[in-house]
Amino acid sequence: MQVSIKWLKDYIELNLTPEELAAKLTMAGLEVEALERKDPAFSGVVVAKILSIAKHPNADKLSLCRISTGAEDFPVVCGAANIKVGDIVPLAKVGATIPGGYTIKRSQIRGELSEGMLCSEEELGIGGDNTGIMILSPELNLGEDLAKALDLGDTVLDIGITPNRSDCLSMIGIAREIAALTGTSVKYPEITVKEIPEEIGTITSVRIEDPDLCPRYTARILKDIKIGPSPYWMKQRLEAVGLRSINNVVDVTNFVMMEFGQPLHAFDYRFLEEGRIVVRRSRAGEPFISLDEKERTLRADTLMICDGKKAVAIGGIMGGLNSEVKDDTEMVLLESAYFLPSSIRKSARWLGMGTDAAFRFERGIDPDGVVRALNRAAQLIAETAGGSICRGIIDEYPNKIDVPQAIPLRIGRVNSILGSNLDEAKIVNTLINLGMTVNMTDDLGSYLVNPPSYRVDISREIDLIEEVARLIGYDQIDLKLPQVSVKPIIKETKQVLDEKIRQILNGCGFSEVIHYSFITPKACEVLNIPIDDERSKMLRIANPLTDDQAVMRTTLVFSLLDTMRSNANTGCHNLKIFEMGKIFIDRGRGEQPLEKERLGGLITGLAYDDFWHLKDKPADFYNLKGVLEDLFDALRLSGVSYDAAHTEPFLHPGRSCSVSIH
Amino acid sequence: MIAELEDLQKKAESEIAEVRTEKDLLEVKTRYLGRKGLLTGLLRNIGHVSPEERPLFGKQSNEVKEILTEKIEAALAGIKVIEKGDILVREKIDVTLEGRRIKPGKLHPVTQIRNEICSIFASFGFSVVEGPEVELDYYNFEALNIPKDHPARDMQDTFYIEDNIVLRTHTSPVQIRTMLKQAPPVRILSPGRVYRPDSDVSHTPMFHQIEGLLVDRGISFADLKGILTVFLQEVFGAETRLRFRPSFFPFTEPSAEVDIQCVMCRGKGCRVCGQTGWLEILGSGMVDPEVFKNVGYDPEEYTGFAFGLGLERIAMLKYGISDIRLFFENDWRFLEQF
Repeated sequence: MQVSIKWLKDYIELNLTPEELAAKLTMAGLEVEALERKDPAFSGVVVAKILSIAKHPNADKLSLCRISTGAEDFPVVCGAANIKVGDIVPLAKVGATIPGGYTIKRSQIRGELSEGMLCSEEELGIGGDNTGIMILSPELNLGEDLAKALDLGDTVLDIGITPNRSDCLSMIGIAREIAALTGTSVKYPEITVKEIPEEIGTITSVRIEDPDLCPRYTARILKDIKIGPSPYWMKQRLEAVGLRSINNVVDVTNFVMMEFGQPLHAFDYRFLEEGRIVVRRSRAGEPFISLDEKERTLRADTLMICDGKKAVAIGGIMGGLNSEVKDDTEMVLLESAYFLPSSIRKSARWLGMGTDAAFRFERGIDPDGVVRALNRAAQLIAETAGGSICRGIIDEYPNKIDVPQAIPLRIGRVNSILGSNLDEAKIVNTLINLGMTVNMTDDLGSYLVNPPSYRVDISREIDLIEEVARLIGYDQIDLKLPQVSVKPIIKETKQVLDEKIRQILNGCGFSEVIHYSFITPKACEVLNIPIDDERSKMLRIANPLTDDQAVMRTTLVFSLLDTMRSNANTGCHNLKIFEMGKIFIDRGRGEQPLEKERLGGLITGLAYDDFWHLKDKPADFYNLKGVLEDLFDALRLSGVSYDAAHTEPFLHPGRSCSVSIH
Repeated sequence: MIAELEDLQKKAESEIAEVRTEKDLLEVKTRYLGRKGLLTGLLRNIGHVSPEERPLFGKQSNEVKEILTEKIEAALAGIKVIEKGDILVREKIDVTLEGRRIKPGKLHPVTQIRNEICSIFASFGFSVVEGPEVELDYYNFEALNIPKDHPARDMQDTFYIEDNIVLRTHTSPVQIRTMLKQAPPVRILSPGRVYRPDSDVSHTPMFHQIEGLLVDRGISFADLKGILTVFLQEVFGAETRLRFRPSFFPFTEPSAEVDIQCVMCRGKGCRVCGQTGWLEILGSGMVDPEVFKNVGYDPEEYTGFAFGLGLERIAMLKYGISDIRLFFENDWRFLEQF
């Protein structure tokens, strides 16, 4: 997950460099896989003050300004009307670059010298305001680099969130983790919802027909909104974490998802037939066009959000095209719900729709955060898109969502699992820092711990023990060596034999190769292996990477020959190779195949390519036979017979034999 | 007669001295000392010698015979030495040419690493156990606390044969099968092929894992740290620094990823370690009580830890290989290097 440090700072005081923060998170199990600096798209722009403004003698709309950077003064020709003497402004000095690839040059504008340019927010790419020159705070230091003065740079951390930590799939989630690690606290955004008297209940209703898949569905109605672009700060935050800005309403739903981890959806109320929501399973074969304009055929048991007549969204995965927020949308129904994780996962996988929403729902969102996110989104839509929030929320909550009960924790168990000697108070404080409620019990050294609702991964004592170890730091646990049993290790016969065979073959000059266990289904055909041969019973892989890796091998010969060919293609014609590994004989549906150990070898080219005195002797049947004889001798196998009568279909009939041991 | 004898001796001695080959020498020997030889001829004429001179003549002839015999033998020895020298010169060879031998073949680098790891853990009392590669969903996932429709399944993309039969995504099912068969204590290592649908420079659809499991009374996270530290320092060198980092695996808790200090840059930060100075090397953790329940072990009585690592990854770091696919292309130029 992409985490913007700038965005993070909205929720937590950070006194660490990005590198220090990354190291801290990584060592607490939130692995920072990449750290990307995002510097502003300009350079050479400084904080400056307007000393004087005079009219340009040759142009009505231009003025001649005298601009000071504290150390120096510059004449600058400017066309904006919003400036006055004494204003603090950004000055792009001669040599500065600004977005769009422009470099500021010393120039004559209508006969007047201009050494620099005063910039608007938009010209610097740091805001949407293009109506005039950006007026800065008088508290900034003259001459200071603007990027530094305004703290415009950002660093984005790419954090690999393990599947258990759904609570960390949001900025606030990461902020909570940092707070626990640094002993600080999270500043939650203040959520205030100004409602109009009109009641939501008079406008819409929600009916959940399948509460097993949707235990909770909440909604709000917003009226008289005006769709438009999002404010710069929101765009900037969304873009920093890799989301595209769409419009002020859709952006708010994404913003709140990234802020709190609760996916949301906004429906255009106009398109909700009968003005209501019904939550139900799909029927098999039901068609649906999702927001990405793809027509999909649903299977049964996909949870759908419907209006009075039709489906309007694939619950928890993606909205429908038929109820999408458009440029002229004025009234929305805002959804914040809790869906059954396994159901979302099943549907998302089946549909091949791994959306950000599905990703969070299938890992488990905070069941207690559903309404908070709904209110936060309503507040932000009202702020950014105008409009009024109707009174009240709909909160259909037919099935109580499982939240873990109090978990018993034994201090002794913590230390015996970790092999540590941690102090009771330290263990308890660590859990409290993680937002847990820790209560003493009558038993000494035993506690009852309630994890916060967003920690859906914690339900057992061992989960608490891991949290303690993780927060305290694995490096704080000493090394020990377990007692080694004195009983000698008797190597398995097979292992001894395998090692011996490899050694003997190495001694005979043969090198080991390893091939993939899967081969082409055509292998039997290529080798003339008849259909009634056991080796024709190839086990098929349902999802192979390529056609020539689609079945499990039933012989080592095919790959050995293939390796001979590929080496010949590179100019290497002399090979002595062997492979040891399994072949797999299909035993029919529902059965694991028969796995058999095999040894295969191949010699080609010169028998002794490294012998200067036998340089030109080609390898023949007897070289290979000699190797087998060596092998049998070394393994003390007697009673070996070589029989020219055999049926191996891929060998020369007059130069091959079967070998048997009596 | 005595004078004749002295002449003969002188002549013979000078001939012996001149002879260069064994054959010529034997000819000289026969000519003087043979049955029909000159000295023998003189002796045969002893009748012509006056009786007073006869004893002296007899004595002198014997002396001459002895002297000549000795000289011939000495000359023979000399000639033999010279002749042998000639033969050795003629037989001289180029000792710098390569010896005649069968160049031994190589073990695949993955096998080499596996053998190394198995022998390190053998010294800790771990024995090797193997299991099926085509596994039931139950052993590969559910018994390991990875239910169907759980996001944890995303951690391991899976090749399916049918709904309930998969190509094992890790060797962990061997742990389940072992614990179902055997009462604790357990110390096992399970190496083998595993499968995940993925293919790029750092992923192949088949690769090798080795997993370890230790279950006994009183096993703790500190033991896990101890054993894995000794193990990794054995493989990567005693100076290797490591760190244990919290992570998540459904079948262990607490779980830890273990990083070693980057072997390329020694922790300074480079391309291989993504500038972090650390390389992720294995996953580990205390066996989750849920897993113990699934195999009928009492989690209050027994605790244990498990770990798993990819053999190719270790081989890549040890040998500086940047593309994992090379392990399975079986290009001779690659295989020959190990």
